[in-house]
Amino acid sequence: MAIYDTRRRRNHLAIGLAYAATAFGLTWLVLILAVLLWKGFSGLNLAVFTEMTPPPGSAGGLLNPIIGSLVMTFIAVLIGTPLGILAGTYMAEYGRYDKLTMVVRFINDILLSAPSIVIGLFIYEVMVAQMGHFSGWAGSVALAVIVVPVVVRTTEDMLSLLPDTMREAAASIGLPRSLMIQKVAYRAARAGMITGVLLAVARISGETAPLLFTALNNQFWSTNMNAPVSSLPVVIFQFALSPYEDWQQLAWTGALLITMAVLALSIGARILSSRGKTS
Amino acid sequence: MTVTSASVPTPRVANAAMGAEGLKEKISIRDLDFYYGETRALKSISVPLYMHKVTAFIGPSGCGKSTLLRVLNRMYDLYPGQRADGHVRLDDTDILAPSQDLNLLRAKVGMVFQKPTPFPMTIYENIAFGIRLYERLPKSELDDRVKHCLERAALWDEVKDKLDANGLSLSGGQQQRLCIARTVAVRPEVILFDEPCSALDPISTSKIEELIDELKHEYTICIVTHNMQQAARVSDYTAFMYLGEMVEFDETSKIFTSPRDNRTQDYITGRFG
Repeated sequence: MAIYDTRRRRNHLAIGLAYAATAFGLTWLVLILAVLLWKGFSGLNLAVFTEMTPPPGSAGGLLNPIIGSLVMTFIAVLIGTPLGILAGTYMAEYGRYDKLTMVVRFINDILLSAPSIVIGLFIYEVMVAQMGHFSGWAGSVALAVIVVPVVVRTTEDMLSLLPDTMREAAASIGLPRSLMIQKVAYRAARAGMITGVLLAVARISGETAPLLFTALNNQFWSTNMNAPVSSLPVVIFQFALSPYEDWQQLAWTGALLITMAVLALSIGARILSSRGKTS
Repeated sequence: MTVTSASVPTPRVANAAMGAEGLKEKISIRDLDFYYGETRALKSISVPLYMHKVTAFIGPSGCGKSTLLRVLNRMYDLYPGQRADGHVRLDDTDILAPSQDLNLLRAKVGMVFQKPTPFPMTIYENIAFGIRLYERLPKSELDDRVKHCLERAALWDEVKDKLDANGLSLSGGQQQRLCIARTVAVRPEVILFDEPCSALDPISTSKIEELIDELKHEYTICIVTHNMQQAARVSDYTAFMYLGEMVEFDETSKIFTSPRDNRTQDYITGRFG
């Protein structure tokens, strides 16, 4: 009985520690969200969505960075998703047993955890320095470089999760592999793959460092992707560090907007992936 | 019986089947070896599959019966490191030849798996999908073919009002019949069943067995099963395999009443396996 009692005591201790760690982690999360809501919500009004970023001391909104962020994120996903899906498909379906796949997976994992400021510097060198000016295109490409490894990873994982029997069933009616992938595998893995793209969007919508070196910022309304483009994270960075109170207020509001958008994306991804599991 | 099979040195294969008349070898397997990497899983297998007959492969787990089945449509080609040596002829073509087109082979030699594997699409599409692979049909004809295939698989009455429902929403037994309908849709000549009932309840099992009995009039059928009663019920010929060897092949009634090999005797009386 002594052995059993000791085990029980150890069990209680371990569970207690686990709860404490959880509480510690959640405390900070709740504090961050509370401060964000407290400070950001008071600045939330219609002008935020209809007016441009103001000069210090006058009223304004966040329309140009909101649009800039949306457009650059959209283009980044447009570039990064097909690349990521194609690479992930190769790794899971064609090259599953190849050395090349192992190498690509390893490099992809490095890219996945690469500091985003490095990616910003890289795009600065290959695009901004070559073109001679900052641009929305460079910002989009920098974000796309962040999207690719996320999508590669989720695509490969989701396709690898499909049972081999499904591939065999497709092959058994004489389905060529290319059609099997398009018509059967993608369909079965769709929810997971879309989740991956949503997570990538969530990841890039808060990125500041790659945009500082590429899209820079733009105080005015501009849809010219060949010129500097404003974005929420960079505006938050700039306004939050400024001494002007109205700018600081806008930074809080912008931070709240991004957080809410990311939260919505994450919840959407969660719903999608749980729906994929039940079907 | 053809001269070739008699001349092959396979003493364990019974002569009884070879004397039968009017039997055409749809598939003939001669001296087949199979390797998983370095492991030799099949050892000089020789066995005929007669046209419009049901041949059952029985034997304890790991004896190589599923492996043998997967050679017949070259399913093993999906995986690296798996290799077959020997001769497997379907009618007059050597299906192990490197030049063999695998998709065309698999359209001719269909397969039904242990676990029902409907595609993630509607019931209608599960069938129509395979048909469209090889034929371009007007919608009305396609509808007829889908109906015909579902009737063939004894599923039509149960699904005719919900053809747009997802194939995965059906019960296990229905899914398995859907897979049979899907296989039939491609108009194969041979159908391979890999333990088709081991995931099903007794009622679904008897439906599938009835179906196999009907299908053999049009198709050459080969079934792997762990269930000896099932082999006795559905098959015309039975092959008993043990440790990668073909121990005995004969008419089902003979295998189950007067096996010549002791190992067969022991297995069918439940002494091992």
